[in-house]
Formats: sequence, structure tokens, C-alpha cells
Amino acid sequence: MNSRQPDRRYPPGDLAIWIFILAELSVFAIFFAAYAFTRMNNVELFNEFQQSLDPTSAMLNTIALITSSYFVVRALAAIREDNREGCESWLWAACAMGGVFLAIKSAEYAHHFGMGINLSTNTFYMFYISLTFFHFMHVILGMVILAAVAVKTRQGAYSADEHTGVETGGSYWHMVDLVWLILFPLVYVMR
Amino acid sequence: MQYQSQSVAKLYFIAAIGLFVGQILFGLIIGLQYLMGDFMFPEIPFNVARMTHTNLLIVWLLFGFMGAAYYLVPEEAERELESPLLAKLMFWIFLVAGALTVLGYLLVPYSGLAQMTANSLMPTMGREFLEQPTITKIGIVVVALAFLYNIGMTILKGRKTVVNLVLLIGLAGLAVLFLFAFYNPANVVLDKFFWWWVVHLWVEGVWELILGSILAFVLIKTTGVDREVIEKWLYVIIAMTLITGIIGTGHHYYWIGTPEYWQWWGSIFSAMEPIPFFMMTVFAFNMVNKRRRNHPNKAAVLWALGTATMAFLGAGVWGFLHTLSPVNFYTHGTQITAAHGHMAFYGAYVMIVLTIISYAMPILRGRQAANSNRSQVLEMWSFWLMTVSIVFITLFLTAAGILQVYLQRFSDTAMPFMVVQDKIALFYWLRELTGVIFLIGLVVYIASFFVGNDEPEASVEPTAE
Repeated sequence: MNSRQPDRRYPPGDLAIWIFILAELSVFAIFFAAYAFTRMNNVELFNEFQQSLDPTSAMLNTIALITSSYFVVRALAAIREDNREGCESWLWAACAMGGVFLAIKSAEYAHHFGMGINLSTNTFYMFYISLTFFHFMHVILGMVILAAVAVKTRQGAYSADEHTGVETGGSYWHMVDLVWLILFPLVYVMR
Repeated sequence: MQYQSQSVAKLYFIAAIGLFVGQILFGLIIGLQYLMGDFMFPEIPFNVARMTHTNLLIVWLLFGFMGAAYYLVPEEAERELESPLLAKLMFWIFLVAGALTVLGYLLVPYSGLAQMTANSLMPTMGREFLEQPTITKIGIVVVALAFLYNIGMTILKGRKTVVNLVLLIGLAGLAVLFLFAFYNPANVVLDKFFWWWVVHLWVEGVWELILGSILAFVLIKTTGVDREVIEKWLYVIIAMTLITGIIGTGHHYYWIGTPEYWQWWGSIFSAMEPIPFFMMTVFAFNMVNKRRRNHPNKAAVLWALGTATMAFLGAGVWGFLHTLSPVNFYTHGTQITAAHGHMAFYGAYVMIVLTIISYAMPILRGRQAANSNRSQVLEMWSFWLMTVSIVFITLFLTAAGILQVYLQRFSDTAMPFMVVQDKIALFYWLRELTGVIFLIGLVVYIASFFVGNDEPEASVEPTAE
């Protein structure tokens, strides 16, 4: 874990994923800005219905995603030491934490949809469902990417010398995590 | 030409160019009808001429896409086409069905055509762009299925490249989404809702995959840049296209009676639709700058770069202009829409078809890689004539649209539609004149196929500069 390669490239992973990440972050940024501006004009409505959300679930989900990002870091550290088995295991562990996130979020959706809440209920719920669901889909995509990297790791595609794919997949996953770290306080906490 | 069966593409390309001429002639007719309402009345009224203009465009682009697929799929899959005979047969069926449909539009009143073709059995007619009689629509499905079988089998049995797979996904999506043309609910909100699944999800969804894969193919061939690099770009571009384009359909759902959240979804996602087009521009110029060799077919490279630039401007920038719902509240259905429509269709889809024709046609006609210098120079003239014309048509229509929005909708003393139409007539005249220059560009384009054929191929030696 402490091995340092002085000539490490920047940014890590494939440049293409960074262009993709930038584009994805722009979509989220616009969504967040739209949320913020709309909230400004509907503070009471937003505060009232924010109460109906469950911050504990969201907190657990935050922990799940941060943990998964830590696992991805461990996976990268493992492959840098040519430890393919370790890398693969950490990647699957990260995927599993993604699964935990999906399960908790699904339970939250089940609760709200069970109460008859949908996109047309009011502006707050429109944003809540849209933002979190868009992010939900990204968690699924991120898990697919991590799983693909894990499978390729097992097939011996990566080594201490060449593991761009692990960095690429990891970069995307950290983006998914990072977006949640903004989404969580913005939608669940900030009053 | 590496594979004999690629030659079927030639038929498709020739038909595409022929129908292109028809489209432009009808465009000039409706352009004039904007100014002289009874021009050619009652023989060809405006609604019929407009329908012919748009339908011809769609059909010739489809011919172009099919030709492109028949040309590039065997080369990518490294095997002959599954059935060249089927490809030829479908060509004639499609061409005859298309010709009969257009004749039906022109010779019979539309309601009569509906009666003749027993539209009441399965009503699908009467909706913009999907005006074709039901029997023609069924024909389109048959042709599409045979076509997909043909290239699908070629791809599955051959080398699987990203270019081929993206193209196949795009073409399959095109066929599947067309099925919504048969869904014609009585509820007008639902009708419009699913109508856009054909119209929007074609041009801002699956067609972009077709565009991306054809562009990638031509860039691989003309720049010699590693396939891996180009394929990576293609992946990122199509992912962004689908993320923004699918939910971006919402920018058509603002005023048709759908729930309010579409205002947000449509605005946010469609505002991002220029991103994949911008990536395409960066991608194309990057690849050409990094080229490993100079390809003798300079015209094809020019068309490829032109596509990447004009698609971004027409589809991306001009689309963004009126995509946000508070803006669209004023601009909906004005000449701003027409401005966007012209530059987007030309920049993205007309130009990509002309790109692949420019690349493939010399080879299909027996050249090694490129036409003679003389022919290419003429072709490049046509590129500039048509492209500059479309830029000006777009600018004139944009000016007309801004004026229209102000006079008719924004001003405190709003004027009626027809009064405003008179006030913006100057821009319609300018548009019509520019349209004539476009037609001249098209004639020059066709002429480029007939000149310099007895001269040697252009070479890449510096002396050729």
C-alpha cells in the first residue's frame, strides 16, 4: 500500500473517462443549481417536505458509499503491488457496498411511493425523486463498471505495470460517490 | 473496394442523391409559397409540398444510412455481405414504394390517398412526418427487417468492431422506434407523447449513433489513427448522447398536456445535448490533427470535419437556443424552430451521408482511394456553396424568428400571425434566394461526379497541393 511510483500519470486512468466525468458533473451541477434556485423561491414548501425524508437512511447510504470508495482505493493499492486476487476482492466488496446503497434507497422509495407520492405531488418531491433517481442509475452504472473491471482483473488483464482500467473504473466510482456527498446535504440536511 | 458485395451501396447512394435533388426543389417551392401563397395552387398546395420536402429528406437519409451500412459493415466485419441479392431486392422495393407514395401525395388529395390505402383499417396517417399511408409504413418495416437481417448476420458472423456494433445498435433502434408510428391513440396527448418517440428518439437518439459510427469509420480510414483511440471516443460520445438525448425528449413535452416535471427534465437534460456534439467536434479535429498520413481524398476529410462542426452548431447551439422551457414558451413553433431544423438536419445527417458518399463513391467507381484533383476541387466548391447557404438560411430564419417572437408574442401590442408574416417577408425572400444558391451548390456537387474522370487520381505528394 505504501509503494509509490514517482512517474504516475495525471489524471489517473483513461483521459476519456475524465471527459465523461466532466460531462456527467455538468448535468448534476445544473440539476443542483436548478434545485437551489427553486428552493430559494419555495423555502417553506421545501423545508416542510424535507422533514418527510429519512436522514438516517441517507446517512447510512453515505457511509456505504464512502466505504465503497475506500475499498476501491484498496483495490488500486493491491493491483499496484501485483496482487490480483486482492484487487478483485476489494472491487467486489466495493460493488457490495453499492448494493447496500441500492437496497436502502429502494426501501426509501418504497416508503414514499407507498404513500402515493410521485413526481407530480409537489416541486420538492419532483426534485427529490428526480435527483436521487438519476444518481441511483449512476450507482448501477458504476457497479457495472466495477464488476467489469473485477472480471478483467480475474482474467489477468491488469498488473503492477499496467492497470489503467482499474484507475478508470475507480475514477468513475469516486465521481458517483462525490455527487452523493453533495446531494445528501443539499436534499436531506440543509434547511 | 475490399469486398465485392460492398458495391450494392452504390445504388443506395445514387438514389439518395436523386431524392436529395427532389427535396431541395420542393424546399424552393414551399419557400416561395411563404411569399406567394397561391404559387402552384391548386396543383401542389403548401401542405403537400411541405410533406414532400420533409418525407423526401427522411427517405433519402435512410437510403444514405443503408448505403453507408452496406459499404462499411463488410469492410469492418471482414467478410462479404450476408446477401447482396436481398440488399438489391430491398433497394428496388424501397425505391418503388417511396416513389409511389410521393406520387400519391402529389396526384391524389391526401384524404383520397387515405381512402385508397384503407387507412381506416389501421389509422396511422395524418401526423407530421409520419404522413405515409399505412401500407407504406408496413413496407418500411419489411425493408428495415430485411436490412437488419442482412447486416446483422454479416456483423455476427464476422469481425466485431465497435464501429459495427454501434451502427447496428443505432439501426436496430431506428427500426424499433419506428414501430411507434403504428401507435395512434385517440387521446391527443398520448398521441403526441409517443409520436416524439419516433421523431425525437430518431434524430436526437439512435441517428446520432449512426452518425457517430459512420464518422468514426471515415476518420479511421482517412487519418490512420489507431482504431482503439477512435473507438474510445465513440463510446464516450454515444454514452453522453443517450444520457442526454433520451430524457431530453422532455423538451417536446412542455405544452402538450404532460405533467409539470417535464419542464425540468426536458430543460435540464436537453440543455446537455450539445455536449456529445461538442465532443464530436473536438474528436474529429483531434483525429485529423493527429493523422498518421495524408489521405488523397481531401474532399472526404473536409466533409467529415464539416459534419462535426455543423452538427454542433445546428443541432447543439441552435437547439440549445430554444430548448429551455421558459424560452420555448415564446419560441415554440416559430421560425426559430425552422432555423434549427434546417441547420441540424444539414449539419448532422445530410453532411454525414455526403461524407460517406464522398469517401466511398470514388472507390465504388473503381478508383484506388480518391477522385482526380479536378473532381475534388469541384466537390469542395459544392461543400462550401451548400454549407455557407445553409448557414445563411439559418441566420435569416433566426432573424425572422426573433422578429416573429417579438411582434407576435412578446410585445405589449402583439400582432396577429398573418400580419407578422407580412412584416418578416424580407427574410423569407433572402432565405429563398439563398435556397437557390444551395441548389446551385447541389448541381455543382452532382457535376463533380462527371468531371475529371479521365484524369489520374489525386495523390498525397506535396506537388498535389
